[in-house]
Amino acid sequence: MAPRISSFADFLASYAPDLLPGGSLRRAPAAGPWAPGAPGPGLPDLPHATTIVTAVCDGGVIIAGDRRSTAGNMIAKRDVEKVFRTDEFSGMGIAGTASVGLEFVRLFQVELEHYEKIEGRSLSLEGKANRLATMIRGNIGAAMQGLAVIPLFAGYDEDAGVGRIFSYDVAGGPYEEHRFHSIGSGSVFARGSLKKLYRDGMTVADAVRACVQALYDAADDDSATGGPDLTRSIYPVLAVVTADGFSRLSDAEAEQHARAVIDERMQSPDGPTAPVSSA
Amino acid sequence: MPFYVSPEQVMKDKADYARKGIARGRSGVVIQYGGGILFVAPNPSRALHKISEIYDRIAFAAVGRYNEYENLRKAGVTYADITGYQFDRRDVTARGIANWYAQQLGTIFTESSKPFEVEIIVAEAGETADADQIYRITFDGSVGDEHGFAAIGGQADQVATVLKERYADGMTLTEALSAALAALAAPGNGERPDIGTSQLEVAVLDRARPHRTFRRLQGARLEQLLAESRPAGTEGSAGASPAATAPQSPDGPQDAIGPPAPDDGNPPA
Repeated sequence: MAPRISSFADFLASYAPDLLPGGSLRRAPAAGPWAPGAPGPGLPDLPHATTIVTAVCDGGVIIAGDRRSTAGNMIAKRDVEKVFRTDEFSGMGIAGTASVGLEFVRLFQVELEHYEKIEGRSLSLEGKANRLATMIRGNIGAAMQGLAVIPLFAGYDEDAGVGRIFSYDVAGGPYEEHRFHSIGSGSVFARGSLKKLYRDGMTVADAVRACVQALYDAADDDSATGGPDLTRSIYPVLAVVTADGFSRLSDAEAEQHARAVIDERMQSPDGPTAPVSSA
Repeated sequence: MPFYVSPEQVMKDKADYARKGIARGRSGVVIQYGGGILFVAPNPSRALHKISEIYDRIAFAAVGRYNEYENLRKAGVTYADITGYQFDRRDVTARGIANWYAQQLGTIFTESSKPFEVEIIVAEAGETADADQIYRITFDGSVGDEHGFAAIGGQADQVATVLKERYADGMTLTEALSAALAALAAPGNGERPDIGTSQLEVAVLDRARPHRTFRRLQGARLEQLLAESRPAGTEGSAGASPAATAPQSPDGPQDAIGPPAPDDGNPPA
């Protein structure tokens, strides 16, 4: 007598496996292992989502993402959204193959809601993070063929009353990150930037501003990360998860932050400086 | 030695068996109000629900055997989630789910030796009250398309009679709750007419909420609503309903929100 676990993804795998992210590619004959940076065997350049930044703030966590997706050296889309609400107290950003990533987000959203409806309670934050790890690991076949997706998961832990961040690799995870983290092509620059800007116990507004600065620095040095686009009014997606739940900042608020950063950079193009010694 | 039993007799026996099982529990009520759809069912348990969310705008209410309707509920949630995942969230409809339930219950009734002892309601809150849908599905797979209100359970007819007298289009939540409680206190529905907050399961599909409209009303919020529904209920029934209901409607709400009965202190079963 096998119990049915309240997992939508598991049910889908037995009922209609082709509906899983990466679908039929999970069964495709394995080509040789794929080297990062090279296009997948037989696959043209597909749009890739790029930089995501998260930072823990006082009483919650910030998730921010730029709006660019690239296909090889082309800009595939200027206003793509890569930061999503996954349930009331969590959200995620995606980097990697955009199409598969979007499917992952949709599946993960249904997964959390399905558990909640069947069991009458939400998963714990660790439960959600572990579940996402299993789902990402299930995609490893497709990842080997060039359809890799890396999520960055963050949420408000209702039991502990703090924001928490979890990162992943193509084989799963999760790895809990402390203070801040970033993923995607511009993540190196974004993380360097946050390292200098981040302070423990930052207010929500300060942490949001630090994330916008970090995204600006990523866009400054990484061609696949898009900066704020004033001419088209395209600004980073900024989301805050606190005890009040997940909320996405309005376009007007995002514009305010972006404009403030740009105004500042008109004076000093490299942004805020940190003292050379902490003394 | 084989006996011949006519199909009519088999069906009748099964139907009687199912009806008897359903009649053992108390009836539940679903009623439309201006802002959405209200679900009320007497239920001493806080954890074993008779009313549940199926999807963004769709909810489920059931009476009868718990393990059977719980199975149906889970299957309904899965049906809805898979449809919404495969197509779009807007493509999940109460009509589709009600049809699916009807097929399942119909097949079980004819093919298995023991029919399900359940009666269920699937309701969907539309963008406007006109677009609301309420389907009542019985143990043999018959579907009824109900308007305004519906009752399920052994005493559904008596309960629905009271609902019919009390129901009006565009009621407030308080008025709808008071009508529902009056109906649940109809004669024959359970041994005890008293229903305190701890004995009630109440939920709404709130049209105004974004995304997931289902919300349970419990604790302080429910107590406040019950308190509000008392004066409104008494006046409303005296003014609006014919003399026939006058003797019973004041009893219903008053009993419903009276001081907790001594057994209310017990932990839920």
